Amino acid sequence: MAQRPRVDRIACRGHGVCAELLPELLDLDEWGYPIVTANDIPPGLRRRARAAVAACPALALRLENVAAP
Amino acid sequence: MISLWYASRAAGMLALFLLSATAVLGALTAGRAASDAWPRFAIGALHRNLSLLTLAFLVVHIATAIIDDYAGVAWLDAVVPFVSVYHPFWLGLGAAAFDLLAALLVTSLLRARINPRLWRGVHWAAYACWPLAVAHGLGIGGNDTRSPLGIAAVVACVLAVVIAVLWRAGTTSLDEQQRVR
Amino acid sequence: MYAQRTDIRLLGRQDDLQAHLHRHGPLPAGTDLVDMVTRAGLRGRGGAGFPTGTKLRAVAEARGRPVVVVNACEGEPISAKDHALLTASPHLVLDGVVLAAQAVDASGVIVCLHEGDPLGHTLTAAIGARREPVPISLQAVPGRYVASEESALVNLVNTGDARPTTKPPRPDQRGVRGRPTLVSNAETFAQLALIARHGPEWFRAAGTMLLTVTGAVAAPGVHEMPYGTPLPDVLARTRAARDARAVLLGGVAGTWLPTGTTVQLAHESAPLGVGAVFVLPARACGLAETARISQYLATESARQCGPCMFGLPAIAHDLTRLAHGTATDAPRLRRRLALLPGRGACRHPDGAARVAGSALTVFAADVAGHLAGRPCQHARRTHIPLP
Repeated sequence: MAQRPRVDRIACRGHGVCAELLPELLDLDEWGYPIVTANDIPPGLRRRARAAVAACPALALRLENVAAP
Repeated sequence: MISLWYASRAAGMLALFLLSATAVLGALTAGRAASDAWPRFAIGALHRNLSLLTLAFLVVHIATAIIDDYAGVAWLDAVVPFVSVYHPFWLGLGAAAFDLLAALLVTSLLRARINPRLWRGVHWAAYACWPLAVAHGLGIGGNDTRSPLGIAAVVACVLAVVIAVLWRAGTTSLDEQQRVR
Repeated sequence: MYAQRTDIRLLGRQDDLQAHLHRHGPLPAGTDLVDMVTRAGLRGRGGAGFPTGTKLRAVAEARGRPVVVVNACEGEPISAKDHALLTASPHLVLDGVVLAAQAVDASGVIVCLHEGDPLGHTLTAAIGARREPVPISLQAVPGRYVASEESALVNLVNTGDARPTTKPPRPDQRGVRGRPTLVSNAETFAQLALIARHGPEWFRAAGTMLLTVTGAVAAPGVHEMPYGTPLPDVLARTRAARDARAVLLGGVAGTWLPTGTTVQLAHESAPLGVGAVFVLPARACGLAETARISQYLATESARQCGPCMFGLPAIAHDLTRLAHGTATDAPRLRRRLALLPGRGACRHPDGAARVAGSALTVFAADVAGHLAGRPCQHARRTHIPLP
């Protein structure tokens, strides 16, 4: 089951911890809010992605299941 | 059995250090402190790890105090404040602090599954937990907190936390400034 | 195969219940509304153009007893069609509401109107005249732009806070009191009522739409026209000024198009939005209008999401400088526009990016002039009616 990062835009406070832990999938805009740059989390990054979800101080990061096309 | 009593005092002092360090790092996390060597995720992780270490030493502190029959402290006294025979008030403050810490830890471990407002509310209780722990240490510490080393240790803890909290109160993020709550 | 009727209209003449029934006949019973609406291909008239049959089916099949919410707020500043419809044919809208409520087995209906809207009296009277088994109540909504967004209406009913919420879950899954909620525009319900009476084939052949045409036209106002009427025909029928160069389609957060664009005004082929068409006067400056719109959209942000609460004022600032011919970092503006879509809890930042991006394309010649320090002569005055 493919997964992608999803940000709860209302909960997000722009801490930027997610982009620190997952630079391959997330950038930050000029005000510190995440930009999702990849729509798929490769298997090798799954563990770090779960760590990023736990590390977000606002609990704003989720991993969403993507239905196969 | 007297060595257990000393172990309890030592563990208690260490738990106070660690709780103070946890509180300092909590303030730094909330205030978004970061440097090249200490990115935000590292500060947050250190805060969480120190809280678990605090719990470890607290458990030793409580267990040794109970097992050593010098003061006749019962297991119940550790979680129900003010019912002990031994210094009920000062020990009770410690029990209250422990209860709050337990709540902080449990809600944080279950953070993804509970209501975010509940987690936030309980986390604000941290501002009550630390002063209770300091008061418990000062009141029940006896000779330890009257020795120069003891006083210096407590003063260091208090200064660190007060300065960190004042720093945090003085910070504001872009988000805080613009958001309508 | 028989010729479809072409005389059926949404807009009546302030029909009371009796006049309404005389005009349209009785409310049909026993229809499979979801099936009919799906086969008709009806798309929502509240701006997003989402297939209504799909939404109905999702609500009917979700867990929990559904609720129906009617969006009669018309939060779009340059749209007047819902007010015209509810004044002319309140009972057609209510027919659709009742049919939809039956189709999804809703426990109740909530009709949303802006605070102080005089239509409240009209609707209260109309509801009272019908005596429906399903309870229909009115909900006052604050007069803010995002307050009538789908999830904002649901949030208002649930918590009193008229601001959009994070999706998922969407209202059709979990909405009012956690139950599946059908939120649709007033015109969409009226279309439902006509489809139920005349069938999906009639709708595909002769269905109409309501357009609000404003700006440089001799016949401004709400016009009912066949769904899919080409833009040039709309401009001809509303007697648009021949020297008008551009129209803003869909609403203030819509899409600028050159007047000559031969596109059919249907959701399937054009960014129709709420059916608002603003014709830009020849002597007006599209960049100035867009700058003014961007300022409006920035102040209307709910300020819950970082990219919107910072991004919208930033692009409004850049567009204002561009409109005035002051030095502007155009590449930065384009970069910022590209970072707006999909990064808020609702589509407000998407709309701001859409109107600004289409302006930079349609008014590209003006952009070059403005960047060279030569703004349009009329760039200081704007025509678009904004609060």
